[in-house]
Amino acid sequence: MQLEAKNISFRYDKKSPWVLKDVSLSIQEGERVGIVAPSGFGKTTLARILAGYEKPSEGQVLIDGKELPSKGFCPVQLIYQHPELSVNPRWRMEKTLNECFTPDEALLAKMGIEKEWLHRWPSELSGGELQRFCIARILTPKTKILICDEISTMLDVITQAQVWNILLDIAKERNMGMAVITHNKALAEKVCTRTVRLDK
Amino acid sequence: MRNTSLWNRRTRLTLLIVLAATYLLAVFFWGLFIDPSEYGVHYENKLLAPSGQHLFGTDAMGRDMFKRCIKGLSNSLVIGLLASLVSSVVALIMGIASAVFGGFVDRFVNLCVDLCMGLPHLVLLILISCMAGRGTVGVTVAVALTHWPSLTRIVRQEVLQLRNTQYVLASRKMGKSYLTIALTHMVPHVLPAYLIGLILLFPHAIMHEASVTFLGFGLPKEMPAIGVILAESMNHITTGKWWMALFPGLMLLLAVVLFDLIGETLKKLWNPNSGNE
Ligand SMILES: Nc1ncnc2c1ncn2[C@@H]1O[C@H](COP(=O)(O)OP(=O)(O)OP(=O)(O)O)[C@@H](O)[C@H]1O
Ligand SMILES: [Mg+2]
Repeated sequence: MQLEAKNISFRYDKKSPWVLKDVSLSIQEGERVGIVAPSGFGKTTLARILAGYEKPSEGQVLIDGKELPSKGFCPVQLIYQHPELSVNPRWRMEKTLNECFTPDEALLAKMGIEKEWLHRWPSELSGGELQRFCIARILTPKTKILICDEISTMLDVITQAQVWNILLDIAKERNMGMAVITHNKALAEKVCTRTVRLDK
Repeated sequence: MRNTSLWNRRTRLTLLIVLAATYLLAVFFWGLFIDPSEYGVHYENKLLAPSGQHLFGTDAMGRDMFKRCIKGLSNSLVIGLLASLVSSVVALIMGIASAVFGGFVDRFVNLCVDLCMGLPHLVLLILISCMAGRGTVGVTVAVALTHWPSLTRIVRQEVLQLRNTQYVLASRKMGKSYLTIALTHMVPHVLPAYLIGLILLFPHAIMHEASVTFLGFGLPKEMPAIGVILAESMNHITTGKWWMALFPGLMLLLAVVLFDLIGETLKKLWNPNSGNE
């Protein structure tokens, strides 16, 4: 599947300044596009628009030439910058993990999710541990494009490498498209097939 | 060490709730099934001071004040129950609709809430009571129809806050329907605040029923009700029959305070932050 953003502009309300102006971007199957920009340049905003959380003020986001579905499973999935906000604080991790599908044991092992964590509350896990749940829970075969919004900033270097290796494995295996948002140029170079800069 | 003191606090609070609830339930059921002859007219016993036989004394018609109080309070509780039943349904529907649909619906609901809360509550009660034909029906309708605004606000606020959280939005993108999200994410979140709001609604309903009745717009004179009893006792208070106002007033106050206590204690128990204090 191919995700295409056509001339999108965005602002949070009519009086505020533009956060994004005339951004175009396309992500082909199997392609991993790095999106690099300094803090506050609207990376998260772009990620939310690409994943259909927010409608662009101008322009469109198309998947295989069609608008993103407004209901049902969305083939474009977002992994959010703040894992602690992405899980229901009143659910044990097991429920959160299985909300969308049931990840198999092998995947959990690869993601470094320990069995014992499944019975904990989100407040009893670190940000990095939570993020692994947020990644694992949407790695269903139905996900065709993955938008990763600074997903590894809260991980230490070793875990970071681990998580990216798994994500790359899965992306290659399933020929998944990816948008990798980061301000770490080295990471973008390592993971992505090409890089675009928002500040130019 | 820390753990045991925490446990102690929780058990203490739970015990408090159980005691208060037991008292209120006892009054409720006793009044519900009491034999009317127990607070019947006995002219030979009129205006007796409190004694072992008549705990709260008797009134000008020789009726036992204690039993009348129990029956009256129980009647008030029934009206309170009806009020919370109606309010809970109205508040849930209006609160959720307001938060989910936003825009026009939200403005309309807010207008209703503001209108209801803006008018002095007692005036509103008397108005509705008179329009619905006074008497038992009038006061019940009035109390039932005027207590939903505060609860609606609570529900609306909670749902509004929840609707835009990342985990609810993500759930939507995972293909979950609004109904599933409402049941799995929203209800468990709103429920504690909602239940507490419901319990805290009781004392208001009871007080309002008593005030309207006291002013003569509510329950009829022949019905045992705290408002009626207090109104009657006003005629005797100057002649030194203090017990006729004091005990029924205390009973009403106790019921109100206990409901408040249950609500506030539950708030502490359910709020994990203050529960750890
Ligand atoms: N909900 C919102 N309402 C109004 N303005 C917002 C909102 N969210 C973000 N903004 C503004 O939009 C701009 C871009 O924010 P965004 O979060 O997309 O930046 P970012 O590139 O992801 O930054 P970071 O690298 O720190 O995550 C900022 O100036 C921010 O103040
Ligand atoms: Mg960001």
